Amino acid sequence: MAAPPPSDAPERPAALRHRHLLDLSTYSADEIRHLLRTAEEFRAVLERPIRQVPTLQGTSVASLFFEPSTRTKLSFNLAAGRLSAETLSLSKSGSSVTKGETLKDTARNVEAMKVDVVVLRHSSPGAPHFLARCTDSVIVNAGDGAHAHPTQALLDVLTMREHVDAFEGLRVSIIGDITHSRVARSNVQALTTLGATVTLCGPATMLPVEMEAALDVRTTTRLDAALDDCDIAMALRIQMERQDEGLFPSTREYHRQFGITLDHLRRHPDLLIMHPGPVNRGIELSNAVVDHERAIILSQVTNGVALRMAVLYLLAPQRDRPDASAA
Amino acid sequence: MPPPNRAPAQLMTARDLERTLDRMAQQILERIDPDDARAPTEAFAFVGMQTRGVHLARRLQARVREQAGVTLPLGLLDVTMYRDDVRLQLEQPRIQATRIPFDVTGRHLVLVDDVVCTGRTGRAALDALMDLGRPASVCFLTIIDRRHREVPITPDLVGRSVPTLPDEEVRVEVEEVDGEDGVWLVSSPPSSAPEAR
Repeated sequence: MAAPPPSDAPERPAALRHRHLLDLSTYSADEIRHLLRTAEEFRAVLERPIRQVPTLQGTSVASLFFEPSTRTKLSFNLAAGRLSAETLSLSKSGSSVTKGETLKDTARNVEAMKVDVVVLRHSSPGAPHFLARCTDSVIVNAGDGAHAHPTQALLDVLTMREHVDAFEGLRVSIIGDITHSRVARSNVQALTTLGATVTLCGPATMLPVEMEAALDVRTTTRLDAALDDCDIAMALRIQMERQDEGLFPSTREYHRQFGITLDHLRRHPDLLIMHPGPVNRGIELSNAVVDHERAIILSQVTNGVALRMAVLYLLAPQRDRPDASAA
Repeated sequence: MPPPNRAPAQLMTARDLERTLDRMAQQILERIDPDDARAPTEAFAFVGMQTRGVHLARRLQARVREQAGVTLPLGLLDVTMYRDDVRLQLEQPRIQATRIPFDVTGRHLVLVDDVVCTGRTGRAALDALMDLGRPASVCFLTIIDRRHREVPITPDLVGRSVPTLPDEEVRVEVEEVDGEDGVWLVSSPPSSAPEAR
């Protein structure tokens, strides 16, 4: 008989103290755990015959994507739909954005349409913070420049939680283009808040040394050093569009030095592999590693929907909140 | 000035609660149709509503096992996602586990809750169950019916019906959660949000 699952935190409901999800720097371990626990219950919903609940009926969620994205956008829209919220989306092409409307004006217009939650993806770091200041909607950051991608980090942590008992003492290595990675930054924040130890690894041209002091992490330019005494290795996507910047000589050389291969998996028999996707097969991970049973990349995708349901559920504003009229 | 909190009045002692559960287990057994070709474990199941209802359902399950020698399956149901006041509360209610380890379709379900008041939780529970399948029937069991119905939901099996004032609250306490068994009538603190039951 199923005993009530003993959670890893005291029974006290740790409510979310934040109104927005901009980045994870101010989120406490309790708040992150509360988000993860809620996401785990939504994950159960996704396994039912009817994968929809009426929880957020009447709530509207707008996704404003000023940067291309397939999975994140799909995942947020699906999450909103599973909660019976109404969704509208706006992408860069074919909208007033290309006509020169400012971000603020676009958001204020969306707000004037009585939208409750705005999911924003933007190439400028801090764009969601700016919107949170100048509009009244709840803002969820779906990636801002190289700054933060909090829902990706939370879903990564949720995926880890399926495979490990505790974050205290867990050793995670993040390998790749750290400089340009919002995923790396948000993961470092989530993981260190929860008590894990993080090692960042990449070519010296992509590994800001200041991070070691600023973020309480270890850095190394040697893949072997990153994989020794490591429980989970997270490979980051090499952005082909940055090839011109001369950060590494060639993708083949990158793979030789930083690509994870079957050989690494053999030498580290308990190592789990993660990747935020989309994977460049044969560059960050060898072909066989992507399909290996210890690569938990697809469960990251499933968890993405559940996690975003939890974020929308916990942040959706209360209905009786006096509506400040948007001009 | 808000009136000072009245001392809680005990409606049921631990012994009263036990006897009530004994009687209700008997009533559940009466509902098991001897002509049903299926084994009772295939045809019946308990669904306990989080949190107290789960523990009460476990006790009913144990009593049925003692008397009839069958262990009816038991599921846990959290109706938060189906509530109609989710976005009217001060903060988002915490979602607890829903674990239904059997197929509800074709089964006779005994839905167990501690207190029924407005009926809104029962309404939410029915919606939640219907999303999981098509039960043969749902029998709604509650320890206390404290009236003040706002939607037409009526429990089928009632431990005790207690007429209460709207600002009062009935607390069913179980040893597993509260350290002690019993039912108390308390006047809710004046400013607290109405807890829809």
